[in-house]
Amino acid sequence: MEKIELDYPARHAVPRRVHVGVVGSGDLEVLLEPSPDQRAHVLVNTSVDGFGVVWKSVLDRFFERFGGAASIEINDFGATPGTVMLRLEQAAEAVRA
Amino acid sequence: MSTQTEVSARGITWLRALTAQDGVIQGAPATVRVAEAALGDEPASFIAVVPDPHNRFPRARNGEVGLEEGWTLARQVRKIIAAGKDGVRRPIIALVDVSSQAYGRREELLGVHLACAAAADAYASARLAGHPVIALLVGKAMSGAFLAHGYQANRLLALDSPEVMVHAMGKQAAARVTRRSVADLEKLGERIAPMAYDIRAYAKLGLLHQLIEGVDADAPGAADVQRVREALLAAIADTRAGPSDLSSRLSSPAAHATRAASIEVRRRLAEQWDVA
Amino acid sequence: MSAVAAVRNHRQFLGRTSFIEMGARERARSILDEGSFRELLGPFDRLKSPWLPLQGIVAQADDGVVLARGTLDGKPALVAAIESIYQGGSMGEVSGAKIAGALELALRDCEQGKPVLPVLLLETGGVRLQEANLGLAVIAEIHAAIVALRRHVPVIGVISGMVGCFGGMSLAAALCSRLILTRQARLGMNGPEVIEQEAGIAELDASDRALVWSLIGGEQRHAVGLVDDLLEDDAVAIAASVRAAFAQGLPRQERSAQVELYLERLAAIDPQQPLDGPALRAIWHGAAQS
Repeated sequence: MEKIELDYPARHAVPRRVHVGVVGSGDLEVLLEPSPDQRAHVLVNTSVDGFGVVWKSVLDRFFERFGGAASIEINDFGATPGTVMLRLEQAAEAVRA
Repeated sequence: MSTQTEVSARGITWLRALTAQDGVIQGAPATVRVAEAALGDEPASFIAVVPDPHNRFPRARNGEVGLEEGWTLARQVRKIIAAGKDGVRRPIIALVDVSSQAYGRREELLGVHLACAAAADAYASARLAGHPVIALLVGKAMSGAFLAHGYQANRLLALDSPEVMVHAMGKQAAARVTRRSVADLEKLGERIAPMAYDIRAYAKLGLLHQLIEGVDADAPGAADVQRVREALLAAIADTRAGPSDLSSRLSSPAAHATRAASIEVRRRLAEQWDVA
Repeated sequence: MSAVAAVRNHRQFLGRTSFIEMGARERARSILDEGSFRELLGPFDRLKSPWLPLQGIVAQADDGVVLARGTLDGKPALVAAIESIYQGGSMGEVSGAKIAGALELALRDCEQGKPVLPVLLLETGGVRLQEANLGLAVIAEIHAAIVALRRHVPVIGVISGMVGCFGGMSLAAALCSRLILTRQARLGMNGPEVIEQEAGIAELDASDRALVWSLIGGEQRHAVGLVDDLLEDDAVAIAASVRAAFAQGLPRQERSAQVELYLERLAAIDPQQPLDGPALRAIWHGAAQS
């Protein structure tokens, strides 16, 4: 098990909190809520060690487009980068909805 | 495959020690024993599930709680409730030495889950009706068998003996299911209290009312029996002074330390229960 | 078109919404009156398992149990739904305490003359082995709460599949006033793999799926009177069945209290003779239920 923490600059506030996903094999849950400051903060708890670089690249890509000042907790049970991105996009969509 | 279950005589040993009887019930399986005997200055009922190599159902010959054991426990406990309906609610002492629920094809087909539930229901109903229900752990208190016979008691007492243990699954089976070795499992139990098997680790969870130390669990002498009687009487008095639910299992200092999450869940749930 | 999509289209054609394909939160929502769902101790309360991370296992923020208050035909209700995808729906300290604690509060309200209708959506293998003794302890507390609560209001259990309901939680199911199963549900104390492991492959070959279903599948359980209603995987039908179960009021006698009936039934069984699902249906079919 590994913890990864990342911070990003944000362009706009996040209006509400959303939860998507489940901590099941090959999947993950995302808890997204307004952050206390003007930045985005991500905490990843993952069952698979040693993939820090991959996590950073997926999250970099996500935040280029998302730009919300969100605190995000990810609880991961071995999801692929594709699934991670899918869940993040679902969360972002739910925030905008 | 682990069919070699060591057969324990602890249940019958303590039934005899506390009641001077074998508790055989006419017309019921020999695996369920009930005896009435004085405890302090009142009669109490003592109930044990014991091995029987000739039990009709082969999967319940080594002290397991099977179909007939579950339903017979239910019948016997309900008889005690009916007898106490208009008078004194006598104490019920469950002597616990149960190796497991009965594992079998026939058992599943015939609803061993319901049989065990029926026993748990009866004990819980006795508790709610005002009978002090005390479980005395003298041997194994394993998994579904303990849920059926003992875990609904107002108070849990245990003898401090290496063979007294509580767990959700036998060691070998738990190792296979969690893909660990038995040695790893034992090491984990030293670090993580709920994973341990021995009764001293269990005592740290705050569920036990009393761990009775210094008693010969296999061959109790008069002083041992006296000590256990006193512990039972104290537990009965404590039960009668409190509510009929299981809240005492969350009130000890050990529970506050180890079952902090159980307490926190209830506290925050109560806050959110009604709309603010 | 993928197989899953084909099944979905077929269901839509039949006008059904799958209950099994929903997560626990959606299941709870679909049971309650529309718009009445209010979650208690949701993921943002972050009451996680304190024990899983100590063993290198990532914990889910709600520990796999969704609690919701809401209404059923306008009456106050409580739904506790177990998320079977997370840790097999297993009962740990927190997930179990959520169910026990909610039932205890429902009991308190009932005792104060404010009935709460309790529904349990049971998809679970039983005790979470990583929290072993605390899982077992809290299952006993769930049993205690059901028995106490059931004196005031019926407690309704639903097992929809695909996990089914096993271990100590099968006793919780058996303590429910009424049980609703789908054809995809299984209800048993010991999972088939555990029986094979403990008693040998001659006792039960867990890979023989047809055999396993003939013993503990929803249809068999319904045919012998161990459950009350058998449904297709249809969210609307399940929600309706839950309401119908409450409308019937308290059973004349709870199934787990039908001691003489079941002792008589067992007395008529000869354990030396072979017995299978169809044979048992012939003996127990139509026997008196409350």
